[in-house]
Amino acid sequence: MSTSTDQTVPSSRRHWRKPPFIANPVLRWGLVVGVAIYAVWAISILPFDLDRISQGMTRAARIFSGAFPPNFDRYELLIDGFLESLQIAILATLLGLALSVPIAFMAARNIAAKPIYMIGRAIIILARSFHPVIVAILFVKAVGFGPVAGILTLTLYSIGFVAKMLAERIEEIDWGQVEALRASGTRYISVLQFAVLPQIMPRQIGLGIYQLDSNLRASAVVGIVGAGGIGSTLMNAFGRYDYDFALAITLVIIGVILVSEAISGRIRRNIG
Amino acid sequence: MLRIQNLIKRYGHGEPVLRGLDLDVPGESVVSIIGASGAGKSTLLRCINRLVEPTEGSIELNGLELTHLKREELRKARRRIGMIFQGFNLVDRLTVMENVQCGRLGYIPYWRAALRKYPAEDIERAYHLMERVGIAHYANKRADALSGGERQRVGVVRALMQQPEILLADEPTASLDPVSSRQIMELLQTLSQELSLPVLINIHNVAEAREYTQRIVGMRFGKLIFDGVPADLDQEAMDAVYSGTPGEARQQAESGPAHSPAVVS
Repeated sequence: MSTSTDQTVPSSRRHWRKPPFIANPVLRWGLVVGVAIYAVWAISILPFDLDRISQGMTRAARIFSGAFPPNFDRYELLIDGFLESLQIAILATLLGLALSVPIAFMAARNIAAKPIYMIGRAIIILARSFHPVIVAILFVKAVGFGPVAGILTLTLYSIGFVAKMLAERIEEIDWGQVEALRASGTRYISVLQFAVLPQIMPRQIGLGIYQLDSNLRASAVVGIVGAGGIGSTLMNAFGRYDYDFALAITLVIIGVILVSEAISGRIRRNIG
Repeated sequence: MLRIQNLIKRYGHGEPVLRGLDLDVPGESVVSIIGASGAGKSTLLRCINRLVEPTEGSIELNGLELTHLKREELRKARRRIGMIFQGFNLVDRLTVMENVQCGRLGYIPYWRAALRKYPAEDIERAYHLMERVGIAHYANKRADALSGGERQRVGVVRALMQQPEILLADEPTASLDPVSSRQIMELLQTLSQELSLPVLINIHNVAEAREYTQRIVGMRFGKLIFDGVPADLDQEAMDAVYSGTPGEARQQAESGPAHSPAVVS
């Protein structure tokens, strides 16, 4: 018996199929059918109104025809808006980075005591739990229209990202360097400065540049809900039916973001 | 002098790594600690400066009991114990000079450390020591730009900057090429004499241990089973220290007195 199987390969040895991603067939097909049914139902209850859609089409056509050609006549407003956006982005980045460092140290499991760690993590989770637009709406209500609301919003946004990434970097440091300084009787705070900080510095600089770029983009968005900058300029142009000016603003936003992304990408590549 | 009595270290609830170890190191002697991986050499060294907390026993350095020290006392005591590491453990992104000054961070006031205002006498001492080991011309280079042997010299100078009363070297040559390795061992030997400093070296290279140290102690499963001058370390003693696996050694240790004759002199 065994000799014959050695001679001829049994058919079960000649076919192979990738094992299914979800092993249980009931669960697998149940999920597929369930998702399909939900999608059909969800689409079926959407209020599709053909009349309104066709009206919308003509309105969209009017907007677009009004937008061409883009109108750069009021370039002073455009430049002012951008300078304000830049101001919001730079100040928010500086403030956010300054606050991120201590928060990241608090939120790194390997160097912070348990209760401190919990507080640090809680701050990061809180800062990350809302989209900047929602935070901006809250801050506009709290401190009024204008760049201050934008700066506060993006500071919080920066903390959420930079502190989280930095805390993760701290958790990956070479512990030997920390141990060497502890073994020489160095104070805890000096150990952080001399053994931890040098190791996380390149990441911190990279994150800072990335965040500046990211804040510039986000400042245009939060401006739409009234937090100052080019977003507010854009919103005003829409409100006054100046579609050609709005298109000009949009084009410049795209251009500026492309340039800033190219610059920040190059810098980050070079510091490695 | 360093006096260790009945030192026991147990990680969690597991088997002890050190089982009642006694060791005396009188002033200015260089002592090699040999033993198979897992014998507890590293744990022993790290118990002395409490990078590892000893479970039981006493460790006395020049009359100061180290095992019960609280935070600030421990920090101050650690300044008196220099340590050299297998992986050098230099701060890669700092200059050689700053790495060397790290040995003084425990002594200088906090504001000086924070602002990097190193005292003039520390700078002078650093240059003196760096010249002594031949790395003074690297003062402004980043530590990660140096070769292995040079980095370990920085490690040695950093430890000496503490003006330590004892030097612990945890496999200081294991990451080095043979030539650098011998240079570092020779350096440790002569520095010990020059500064009349006791040095404790964990080492895997028995030939180097014989050549550069006056006293060798052999560890096996958490105990000293050999203690003598290099000439005493014969084949029988070598077998006692190195033969078998840690697992076997553990069984031996559990089934009463080890049947390999203890060679403690």
